Amino acid sequence: MRQGEDLRKSDNLMKLNSRDLADLHGECGKARQMAMRILVRMLPVFGADEFLDITAAHIDSSLFQGDATLEYAERLSDWQARVVVPTTLNVSGVDEHGWKRWAVPSDWAEKARRQMVAYQSMGCKPTWTCAPYQESERPELGQQVAWGESSAVVFVNSVLGARTARYPDLLDICAAITGRVPAAGLHLEENRKGQILYRLKDVPLALLHDDSFYGVLGHLIGSNAGTLIPVIEGLRIDPREDHLKALGAAMASAGAVAMYHIVGVTPEATDLKTALGGCPPLQRVDITMDMLCAVRKELTTTDEKKLDMVVLGSPHFSLGEFEMLSNLVAGKSRNPRVQFLITASRAVRALAEKAGYLAKVREFGGTVTVDTCILTSPMLPSSIDALMTNSAKYAYYAPGLLGTHVVYGSLEDCVRSAIKGKIKIDSAIWEM
Amino acid sequence: MGDVMHGRVLVEGVASGPLLVSDTPLSFWGGFCQSTGEIIDRRHPLSGQIATGCILAIPASRGSSTTTAVLLEAVRRSTAPSALIVNQVDTFLVLASIVADELYQKPIPVLAVDTKEFQLLKSGQYAMLKQGGELSVKDR
Repeated sequence: MRQGEDLRKSDNLMKLNSRDLADLHGECGKARQMAMRILVRMLPVFGADEFLDITAAHIDSSLFQGDATLEYAERLSDWQARVVVPTTLNVSGVDEHGWKRWAVPSDWAEKARRQMVAYQSMGCKPTWTCAPYQESERPELGQQVAWGESSAVVFVNSVLGARTARYPDLLDICAAITGRVPAAGLHLEENRKGQILYRLKDVPLALLHDDSFYGVLGHLIGSNAGTLIPVIEGLRIDPREDHLKALGAAMASAGAVAMYHIVGVTPEATDLKTALGGCPPLQRVDITMDMLCAVRKELTTTDEKKLDMVVLGSPHFSLGEFEMLSNLVAGKSRNPRVQFLITASRAVRALAEKAGYLAKVREFGGTVTVDTCILTSPMLPSSIDALMTNSAKYAYYAPGLLGTHVVYGSLEDCVRSAIKGKIKIDSAIWEM
Repeated sequence: MGDVMHGRVLVEGVASGPLLVSDTPLSFWGGFCQSTGEIIDRRHPLSGQIATGCILAIPASRGSSTTTAVLLEAVRRSTAPSALIVNQVDTFLVLASIVADELYQKPIPVLAVDTKEFQLLKSGQYAMLKQGGELSVKDR
């Protein structure tokens, strides 16, 4: 590679249409000009020489991460930025109406709220969720979209078959304002083929039905595949959508996976040959129970039985998960020493309330936080040191972001432990 | 001992400082503290190291799409690495640098080098990055 060569070459070859050029020259306002300028600078980095149109967007930039993200949002809104495609919003930095019950500093809450206002002023829908596919309109197979939020990106590509790159915070909004993205990566048919083949060996059927299996499998594959597209063969059941959500979120935490195929399950993997696009895989990996058990241990950071809080819902808890939880907790109560928190969207919380699930969760002693999560809002008091979760994403990030210990288990393990007041895991299913 | 290598300039700029090197990708969100510059991913080999002012060499970012926001905030607070060396073209790190340029006129230089050259880099060496993508590395 010679210095700067690729970039200079790409600059000369860039194919911008008249609308792109108008944006770039500031004819459509300063916000669109800045958005297009950023996109144009990113075009060669994506390995593209032109843009393509998108029809929807999901914005992760809504997450307050400090003054810089707020200054960026307010600069765009001061310049009257407007999104040009239907656009949903990811979590914010605060539960807008519920933060006072937690340890959120008031200046953080105020700035996070200002950032929420800024993105709403651009015409984005105030969905405030990392799982917009649960209750909003879903992109369809083949639809070109620009999504942020790593776990949502992998879901929309893999499970829905719509097409997006992994758009980072700050760029997703540029795409929504201009309606344009680099014509590269997963937007193009030829880049959506599976690249590494993972074959499940000797995994007992009962484990395939257990929710904790999918976080472990995702963590294993994510650590191994990096940015490549994994193909999973040998999943002998039709997994629930929540399993697929957990699988993708774990892959996108431990690695940079933006899409996966499951043979016979996901829409672009009707059979192995289709999933691989007719090419042999770069690598084949047989996944054994020994490998899975080792990764399962990695997700837990302590042997202690102490438990301060069970936290569920990363990505946000679905209506189906609320139903399962309500069945598990019906007529029971948590130990008063253990807090029991579920993070979800406002829309799913409302549906769970209507369906009667939430009443059972409340009777058990559970609480729900909306708009955000424990990782994106400084809500947990420092007294909380020992967490338990069935989310591999929470398990992956909590030790670094919150400085807590974490224990990974199934939904049933979490409920059982909350009742007992200490960690109580049933590992029988992993030891068969 | 010293090496001179040329990479692909993803974001132009000059920098010098001690090298901090790992062959494990890093998510800045959840992996880097924007207040202190510490690498806080407790499962990462660089956990506990301070990256502020260092030239940080990692194959790429990984994980969260909020990596860009964390790196931008780090630039704003002057806790960011002084330059980034990657061995894959990493859109997240480059975007953070470009937005840091837009908002604060403070882009972080980002250089992509090939795998063979990346493997020559060692933590603790001193590195100088020049305009045009020449990186010279010396043992201290």
